[in-house]
Amino acid sequence: MYNKKTKRIYFDYAATTPVDKTVIDAMLPYFSQKFGNAMSIHFFGKEAEEAVDKARETLADFLHCKSDEIIFTSGATESNNLAIKGVVKSYWANPPAGGWKPHIITTAFEHHCVLETCQSLEKDGLAEVTYIKPDREGIINPLDIKKAIRKNTILVSIMYVNNEIGTLQPIEEIGKILKSYPVKSDDHGASKLKAKILFHTDATQAVNYFDCDVEKLDVDLLSLSGHKIYGPKGAGALYIKKGTPIRRITDGGDQEFSLRAGTQNVPGIVGLGKAIELVAQNAKRETKKIEKLRNYLIKKVLQEIPNSKLNGSLKFRTPANANFTFKDVEGESLLIALDMEGIACSTGSACSTGSLEPSHVLLALGMKAEEAHGSLRITLGKDTAKQEIDIFITKLKNIIKHLRKISGKVLEEYYGLK
Amino acid sequence: MKYSKKVIEHFTRPRNQGRLSSPSGVGIAGNPICGDLMKIYIKVKKDRIEDIKFETLGCASAIATSSMITQLAKGKTLSEAEKITRNDVADALEGLPMIKMHCSNLADEALHKAIENYKSKNKKAQ
Repeated sequence: MYNKKTKRIYFDYAATTPVDKTVIDAMLPYFSQKFGNAMSIHFFGKEAEEAVDKARETLADFLHCKSDEIIFTSGATESNNLAIKGVVKSYWANPPAGGWKPHIITTAFEHHCVLETCQSLEKDGLAEVTYIKPDREGIINPLDIKKAIRKNTILVSIMYVNNEIGTLQPIEEIGKILKSYPVKSDDHGASKLKAKILFHTDATQAVNYFDCDVEKLDVDLLSLSGHKIYGPKGAGALYIKKGTPIRRITDGGDQEFSLRAGTQNVPGIVGLGKAIELVAQNAKRETKKIEKLRNYLIKKVLQEIPNSKLNGSLKFRTPANANFTFKDVEGESLLIALDMEGIACSTGSACSTGSLEPSHVLLALGMKAEEAHGSLRITLGKDTAKQEIDIFITKLKNIIKHLRKISGKVLEEYYGLK
Repeated sequence: MKYSKKVIEHFTRPRNQGRLSSPSGVGIAGNPICGDLMKIYIKVKKDRIEDIKFETLGCASAIATSSMITQLAKGKTLSEAEKITRNDVADALEGLPMIKMHCSNLADEALHKAIENYKSKNKKAQ
């Protein structure tokens, strides 16, 4: 929709990132030269298998785990589905005496792929789920998790970094709490010790900027995705700690230690491996630069635009994310107007997605619907320049002025405040 | 989802935007929960909409439909204006994306409420 002559500015790195040139170069041979099926015995297969194994080792180094604890998937959505459904499936394959329904604890502001996985398990009568709300700053209180634990709790799933407001969750602290379990169970007639409550984190938005050492975090399962870290779309991984009771949810071949059937996406896996390698190399340098730019952006927006506010904690937040609400402005119209100026962002407004409800994340923070509708998410990346932020501020100021002129005092009058 | 050129044109340069200082009738449609809120002001003279203005908080199509309905209604008699439907507005805008047809095409409702408001005020005055 944008005017083709305008310089394009990309501020939507949390949606997806451009594939790094080095990553593409690493992937290219695996399309038509080294095209073998990694499961084949012959030379072509071995070549592909070696590449997959190498990527697996890179991921294992990055996560501080063993390489046979890494399962390659098609992305974070599949990883999250496998983690949660796979654990529940394993539970039902061998339910303890008493046959109680397993209980999962998650949060009210997870990504849809976690929320809807949990909701579908509830609907199918396979699990009970508690959805913990974050505080107004968008942080989950570890004590709330502790309080929600029941005798039948088998899994806790908490995102590492929220995708909309970028807030950082206390994964390490929650990991510690869960480590102090199991407690001896005597209410269900079972004399044996209850199994450890498994801990899963969706680290999709965290990999670029935060420590993903699974030992430090005390997690049993961790999901990640390639295309959020300058790698390819359609490639992701799930870390599964050795000994974790889990069953596969797709049936077929014996790929990925029999936990994920289907021919491996060799070029995608190679690309994911390379992307992780680059994160490990560049993270510290880029993080500082991006955080500086992001802080400049927040300062400028709050300074230059009256009645604007930052959503979510500034202190506990990924360096790449800023999320604002502008009073008397609706997010979709803001997004379209910015798009016409060549600036790509994202919003929590319902109107942008086709759903009727505005962002469940912002509502979970206790924000009003109109505040959620008026939100704008800006996510920066390694190629963001200060000049782009300055252009953005100038255009944003004009657009907000224009949209506020159109909306007048209609909201205030609706509430009869005048 | 893609907007027509006409929608973008009315979104960028809305017609009859603003408020009337002493309107003959005012109508509000929508609510903040769904994200779209529109208000239409009319000035009626000899049963004809002599002037019309709007204020809208909402998505691009909510703004465009408000703008378009003011254009369609201006200069029309009240009975002509009462007959304007949301389909007329969508057609005049060269179509709206399917999901926008109901949630943000509320301008007809705001206009009809403004006319009702004028009529009820007038009844009291007589």
